[in-house]
Amino acid sequence: MVSEVKTVSGRGIPLVGNDIDTDRIIPARFLRCVTFDGLGADVFADDRAQAKGQHPFDQSQYQGAKVLVVNDNFGCGSSREHAPQAIAKWGIGAIVGESFAEIFFGNCVVMGIPCVAADSTTTKQLQEMVTADPHAEITVDLEAMQVKCDNFSAPISMGEGSRMMLMAGTWDACGQLVAQSDRTRATAATLPYLSWSKLAS
Amino acid sequence: MSKGTLFDKVWDAHTVSTLPSGQTQLFIGLHLIHEVTSPQAFAMLRERGLKVSFSERTIATVDHIVPTEDQSRPYADSLAEEMMQALEKNCQENDITFYNVGSGSQGIVHVIAPEQGFTQPGMTIACGDSHTSTHGAFGAIAFGIGTSQVRDVLASQTLSLSKLKVRKIEVNGALKPGVYAKDVILHIIRKLGVKGGVGYAYEFAGTTFQQMNMEERMTVCNMAIEGGARCGYVNPDRVTYDYLQGRDFAPKGDDWDKAIAWWNNIRSDVDAVYDDAIVFDAADIAPTITWGITPGQGIAVDEFVPMQDGIADDERAIAEEAYLYMDLAPGQPIRGTKVDVCFVGSCTNGRISDLREAAKFAKGRHVANGVKAFIVPGSERVKKQAEAEGLHEVFLTAGFEWREAGCSMCLAMNPDKLQGRQLSASSSNRNFKGRQGSSSGRTLLMSPAMVVAAAVTGQVTDVRELI
Repeated sequence: MVSEVKTVSGRGIPLVGNDIDTDRIIPARFLRCVTFDGLGADVFADDRAQAKGQHPFDQSQYQGAKVLVVNDNFGCGSSREHAPQAIAKWGIGAIVGESFAEIFFGNCVVMGIPCVAADSTTTKQLQEMVTADPHAEITVDLEAMQVKCDNFSAPISMGEGSRMMLMAGTWDACGQLVAQSDRTRATAATLPYLSWSKLAS
Repeated sequence: MSKGTLFDKVWDAHTVSTLPSGQTQLFIGLHLIHEVTSPQAFAMLRERGLKVSFSERTIATVDHIVPTEDQSRPYADSLAEEMMQALEKNCQENDITFYNVGSGSQGIVHVIAPEQGFTQPGMTIACGDSHTSTHGAFGAIAFGIGTSQVRDVLASQTLSLSKLKVRKIEVNGALKPGVYAKDVILHIIRKLGVKGGVGYAYEFAGTTFQQMNMEERMTVCNMAIEGGARCGYVNPDRVTYDYLQGRDFAPKGDDWDKAIAWWNNIRSDVDAVYDDAIVFDAADIAPTITWGITPGQGIAVDEFVPMQDGIADDERAIAEEAYLYMDLAPGQPIRGTKVDVCFVGSCTNGRISDLREAAKFAKGRHVANGVKAFIVPGSERVKKQAEAEGLHEVFLTAGFEWREAGCSMCLAMNPDKLQGRQLSASSSNRNFKGRQGSSSGRTLLMSPAMVVAAAVTGQVTDVRELI
């Protein structure tokens, strides 16, 4: 089920603006669900309704895009994994941005979606290039730590641990964590509060 | 790199292993779950044939979807009912303690865990909710996680994480009358920005925090995430221990003495090394209110909506968006802005001390014509305590609605929502576009006292005028 994520290539989609929060990515009313299925249709629901067809996620030229290009502090706010799930289910496989909120970034990693950081000149240039030519292909290369689009290329950055997990295909760490159950119990045994704070009444 | 801080000590004590990726496998001492971010995690466990590994370290409650008026089942909202049933079933099948509506102990997850004594110093605490940072008030390392990580904690009681840097935020001095913990954190976020804390844990230090009670410290740590910091904490001290002693799940007898010794030991050392440090003066903090669409867009209540030329280049676009969305003009005073809805509650400000402070300003006054004002206790226990003190009578007499416990209009996943362009004065934590249930609804964040001041005057009012 888990696979290596070394490069992600595909057409780009620009989403301009700093501090785009997870309430905007997926408004709370869509969190009334017990599965993530179907969230792709509701991604940016309110922003899209207000843009009346002119939101990038609705514009015909960006349908089928795979690499989202954003600006600063993308995904701030709520921890809802529904946000990256909705973006992924719409079709996005990698996000390039100036910076990402911490919990959003972590949620993307465990879903196998790289969020890579580039400087503001790069993100703006990529947004302009994709706007000018929606068919241009963007490649996020985690081995070379470069983002490329036609003849343009620029360095990207990402925390080394997250990069290793994506490249090695261990971004879903659940199996690794469960496999350490003996060491987990040994660590638990050293924590004094486990014996004095019984949670179950 | 930080050294000798509470964060370092708690991190080290909970480190299980270093994973091949280089990330740390961290043991989670307390896992809190609720109806919104857990059903998919349980489904993933079932798909993989995994079991809950430490069911006694997880506790559950229901808060986001709970109606605060008619709580009869099945809920009118069939989707909410489905989520409720999923949580009930998952807890029962996995032997997880669940504080359901009517148990007497249900409430917002970040209110019930501290009030029952689950939250303790030195713990690692995770919950599928970004406001888990609240629990850092006790000197715990507490942070929000996504649903796949809820799955990981259920399956292994651990998480794969990279260590954060530690920034010491010192605030010194006494708060002026009418200035509250909420104003302190809004001021800090205003100064450091909504992404200033990305990559950091915030240690709140200095005499201002030392003088705060536990509920005030919770208000501050609650909103660390709004400043970008995944967790914030205050070193445990006598105030912490006095709060904890005698609570249901706090250590008792000999364990209490052992606990105090351990808790004292995990405090940041006097010579601890921080990655960054910043100092504020409490005297500079006024009643603070947001005017825009991020929690960092805050001003003192007697200031004006910022002019474009006073805004940093990289914040200008979001400011332009905020003027438009909020229908506020640069240079306009925020005082006197008419409000439609006033909400006191949430994991930020829905505790008993918040309600006491709100009642102080509601007493002898009345909600202004045309304003809808309601008070939502953070938990069933808070509600019971408030009623024992007669606070509900004060609110009802003053024209406020008195509701059942839940998240209510903080995020409007329940029937409590703004309508259309309504403007809300809210004691909650987020003023994002559409946050309170209407895609064009507007939110001004402020302290509970300021919310009441707005309710009784019908407009944004400097609470110091009502003292």
